[in-house]
Amino acid sequence: MDRIQLVSTAAAVLLLFVVLEMVRRRRLLERYALLWLLAATVVLALAVWRGALVKLAHVVGIVEPPNALFFIALAFILLLLLHFSSALSRLSDQSKVLAQRVALLDTRLRALQAATDGTDEDEPIAVTLGELEQTRS
Amino acid sequence: MANRSTHLAVIPAYNESATIGRVIERVGRERPDFDVLVVDDGSTDDTGAIAHRAGAEVLRLPFNLGIGGAVQAGFVYALEHDYRCMAQVDADGQHDPAELATLMRAMDEHETDVVCGSRFLSSDMSYPAPISRRTGIHIFAFLLSLFVRQRITDPTSGFRLYGRRGIELFARDYPHDYPEVEAILMLHHHRLRMCEVPVQMFERDGGASSITSGKSAYYMVKVLLALFVGLARRRPVVEAGESAPVFASHGI
Repeated sequence: MDRIQLVSTAAAVLLLFVVLEMVRRRRLLERYALLWLLAATVVLALAVWRGALVKLAHVVGIVEPPNALFFIALAFILLLLLHFSSALSRLSDQSKVLAQRVALLDTRLRALQAATDGTDEDEPIAVTLGELEQTRS
Repeated sequence: MANRSTHLAVIPAYNESATIGRVIERVGRERPDFDVLVVDDGSTDDTGAIAHRAGAEVLRLPFNLGIGGAVQAGFVYALEHDYRCMAQVDADGQHDPAELATLMRAMDEHETDVVCGSRFLSSDMSYPAPISRRTGIHIFAFLLSLFVRQRITDPTSGFRLYGRRGIELFARDYPHDYPEVEAILMLHHHRLRMCEVPVQMFERDGGASSITSGKSAYYMVKVLLALFVGLARRRPVVEAGESAPVFASHGI
């Protein structure tokens, strides 16, 4: 085993460990961990199994096999970034729907309150962060 | 609040305290048959309070969503309160509420689902918009006319009247930012009928436009992308019962 192989194996193992540990501590959802695990596993396999890497490098036309490893890692990074952009898009759409729903409920609550105690106050009903902290302490 | 009317005027407003009061008052004077809903899009000034005092129903978004999200909140409100008809009017005094009559007449006469006010059909161009923006609008108009096979002259106009089917469609799916142009393409995809009528548009009374020169390049690129991608979208909206879309939508 030459040095680059050693380094990349260690890095892949470390990544695998960190991802699994984050899942264990519930800091990372399985849904988002899967792609990371796949990336770490593939890089680990190619780092250990030199023959496959050489063959792969030959097929794609890369002279130095270790460069193929970088190439694959880069491809995974791009894939992960795209995955995040898509998750971000979904989240911003969901938060949009939530914001609209909160506003609609807020209006309905005001109307109800005005109907029951006859007030027509224009104070924000939605709890502010300050109030939230007061109730917590 | 009990519905007083079957017609709703939605005014999306982001930091429009300088003009919002006057606009609400004018809608109330010109069209007493319309309920007025102001969607306060996370304003940091007292837009919401002024609108409330002026007698409008106010929908307060907890943070700024942008014009698309704000108007869509209006569509959802109209849908859930069973309004037959919804008008969209700008908060900056660009639109004359008296001309809602023109839009309503066109909706009845041509039996369309949506009517757009166009400043370019009007012979009296009191506010023709700056040349740079006009060029952008004409490019969109040209492309849209080509795509929907109908002459569109002012696709960025925010002075619109929607019937029930328009309300239902856009409550479910409406573009995020700079939605007007894309919305016309969506109408076409869903086989809703729309027409344009000539209206006058005035220079804004005060406050600042949401579209600054820096943003206009982004505006052009974003809308063009949305148009061409939208063209490739065979079914822009996921129907109830289908597998969940990437974009969460209302009522699904």
